[in-house]
Amino acid sequence: MPEVILEAKDLRKYYPIKRGVLKRTVGHVKAVDGVSFELHRGETLGIVGESGCGKSTLGRLLMRLEEPTEGNVIFEGKDWHAATGSEMRRLRRDIQIVFQDPYTSLNPRMTVGDIIGEPFEIHPDVVPKGGRRKRVQELLDLVGLNPEHINRYPHQFSGGQRQRIGIARGIALNPKVLVCDEPVSALDVSVQAQVVNLMEKLQDELGLAYVFIAHDLSVVRHISDRVGVMYLGKMAELGTEDEVYQHPTHPYTQALLSAVPVPDPTLRGKRQQIVLVGDVPSPANPPSGCRFHTRCWKAQEICSVEEPQLIDRPDGDGVHRSACHFAEPRTVVETVDVSDVEPDERFAVVETRDPAAAAEMAVGDEVFARSDAEAEADVPKQYTGEEAASERPTPGDPSLLVENDEGAPPRREI
Amino acid sequence: MSNVTEVSRSSAKAAAKGRAGERTYTPVDGLLLDVEDLHVEFHTADGIARAINGVSFQLRQGETLAILGESGSGKSVTAQAIMGILDMPPAVIPEGKIRYCGEDLLTMPTEQRRKTRGPEVSMIFQDALSSLNPVFPVGWQIAEMFREHRGMNKSDAMAQAVRLMERVNIPGAKDRVKAYPHQFSGGMRQRIMIAMAIALDPAVLIADEPTTALDVTVQAQIMALLEELQEERKMGLILITHDLGVVADVADRIAVMYAGRLVETADIEPLYAHPAHPYTRGLLESIPRLDQKGQTLAAIGGLPPNLLRIPEGCAFNPRCRMAQEICRQERPELREIQPGRRSACHFAEEVIDA
Repeated sequence: MPEVILEAKDLRKYYPIKRGVLKRTVGHVKAVDGVSFELHRGETLGIVGESGCGKSTLGRLLMRLEEPTEGNVIFEGKDWHAATGSEMRRLRRDIQIVFQDPYTSLNPRMTVGDIIGEPFEIHPDVVPKGGRRKRVQELLDLVGLNPEHINRYPHQFSGGQRQRIGIARGIALNPKVLVCDEPVSALDVSVQAQVVNLMEKLQDELGLAYVFIAHDLSVVRHISDRVGVMYLGKMAELGTEDEVYQHPTHPYTQALLSAVPVPDPTLRGKRQQIVLVGDVPSPANPPSGCRFHTRCWKAQEICSVEEPQLIDRPDGDGVHRSACHFAEPRTVVETVDVSDVEPDERFAVVETRDPAAAAEMAVGDEVFARSDAEAEADVPKQYTGEEAASERPTPGDPSLLVENDEGAPPRREI
Repeated sequence: MSNVTEVSRSSAKAAAKGRAGERTYTPVDGLLLDVEDLHVEFHTADGIARAINGVSFQLRQGETLAILGESGSGKSVTAQAIMGILDMPPAVIPEGKIRYCGEDLLTMPTEQRRKTRGPEVSMIFQDALSSLNPVFPVGWQIAEMFREHRGMNKSDAMAQAVRLMERVNIPGAKDRVKAYPHQFSGGMRQRIMIAMAIALDPAVLIADEPTTALDVTVQAQIMALLEELQEERKMGLILITHDLGVVADVADRIAVMYAGRLVETADIEPLYAHPAHPYTRGLLESIPRLDQKGQTLAAIGGLPPNLLRIPEGCAFNPRCRMAQEICRQERPELREIQPGRRSACHFAEEVIDA
């Protein structure tokens, strides 16, 4: 296994809860509460968990967008959170992030060229000033977009294309680690595959290590080498993709896996389903001992008293880390190895370029659409409307139609 | 203003008395809903967006029909047209019939239609937080159904609300009936919305992306509840979703939509085993599966079309790798290719054998 590039050591992040006139701290939301793992060079570590489990906060801690309450992150042997000044800035180059929402994470007033080129303003020595535009065009090409679109604004792109722009910005400084926080969850299924394939291609070409944070267990399985399952601020299970998906030992992982619907009606009623009762407890007042014991069917007295450590436990086929006193392998997903099955290219293609880019140039017209989720997360109206219009296109430009697509039906579907 | 409410209340009361016990509508041969050649357009400043272009389907008692499609395919608009909750204008329904037990909902007088909505046809929305009223307790909102449609008094209606909250498995229903929507978790809110939707024992329930905003473990709970309720009440369920996994778990039949048209309808098992439309096939190829490893993900190229400019011929032709000249010129009709299976592709037979 390649060397460790990033290591989280007992990371904790508590957010204070303040009450009253004096804003006294009455408690803490323990968003991340003691998470340790290591990331190897060039691998993908998937982090899965339900909403509120702290996976996004973990991503922000790795980026040093938040300072941890306790614990630290070691990046290439250096304490990342202790670094200051120029050292910190140099380290920042090596860890970059791609955000979930391609609508709000791109500044609507900047052109794509400015957005992707902005990292070079902050780190001028990466690319000399004269070569920046060329480098941005190379990056656009690398993420499968048309390099001629360098002067366009984010609103002129679809959700999938915007996510490619976000990825281009993320890799602009040649980072070693890319933290991806739900990078495909706002995209339509047919577009999602394009972006996932692009990320895999970039990893192969650039040797990037990904921390892939997502709630979709199927996507995480597809892209990850190793997977960590989080529950209420803690890591419940950590292992390779095979270990976690084929021999899960933590009851929470088992329940989570069994709840994912599989697109195959012949399996209906044949799959084991572990339906958990109740909701995730509040991270402000987590249960004692094992945090999962309130919803666990295996819970015994020890579970509410003693916290299980995340240590190697037997999984029937070896060992991997699991935080359960009664860790026991259980196959909940019958896995089929399809690595030698090629998709039928008559219907869908393994494609990393943005197919719309080519089509667009040929037709001289743009095809735009957005999903409900995307539309909800749209940039504020005032940006997409008058300002952009007055800044750029001439009347009669087909893209004008798109700019004001508030009137287009997909938005009304809500 | 109070006068107006009084009038509508008393007429609702009269209606409730008239139909106490027996249903005003009886399905013929189990056929609940018959949508025929439905068209919906939105008149926008940029032109006419054709959201639905001739959709026909039927729903029978006790059946679960999944309408599957990506964003902009018109699946939600179809549901809204059935419920009569489209904003008109800008929406216009130039053509089509939506028959509920033989009666056309579109030509029905408003007052009569109002009375079918709720007791007969009911709907669950994706986002429970924005669909519930934040300033009223949830019990009050559920009880409103009984007060408005059944003319019950406050305390009886509230008792019914508690009973319903218990039915949808909300723990401590009695104590929580006075709580406000923000005091519930996402899954619990969705249960409350389900309680409201089934309050009057509707014959048809439309669920528009009921679990999209929820975590998987909660999604499993909600889908199990919906299945159970459907079984218990023999409802016809229309499940609108983009999730091929959820569909495979619960639906009996499936209708795939693309750019405002049905491109394929079939029973659930044959569709997954042998899709008869290149779009359906492409979708199935492009989703990662939990139970597969080493999968090569393939994507359908391109994007769904802009509804202001739907391509000539088959709307899918610019993205279809099988497209021939005929696909760019002639629109394929939805035709029967096997008993119970329809596909709108010139080459459906080839696709199905592939």
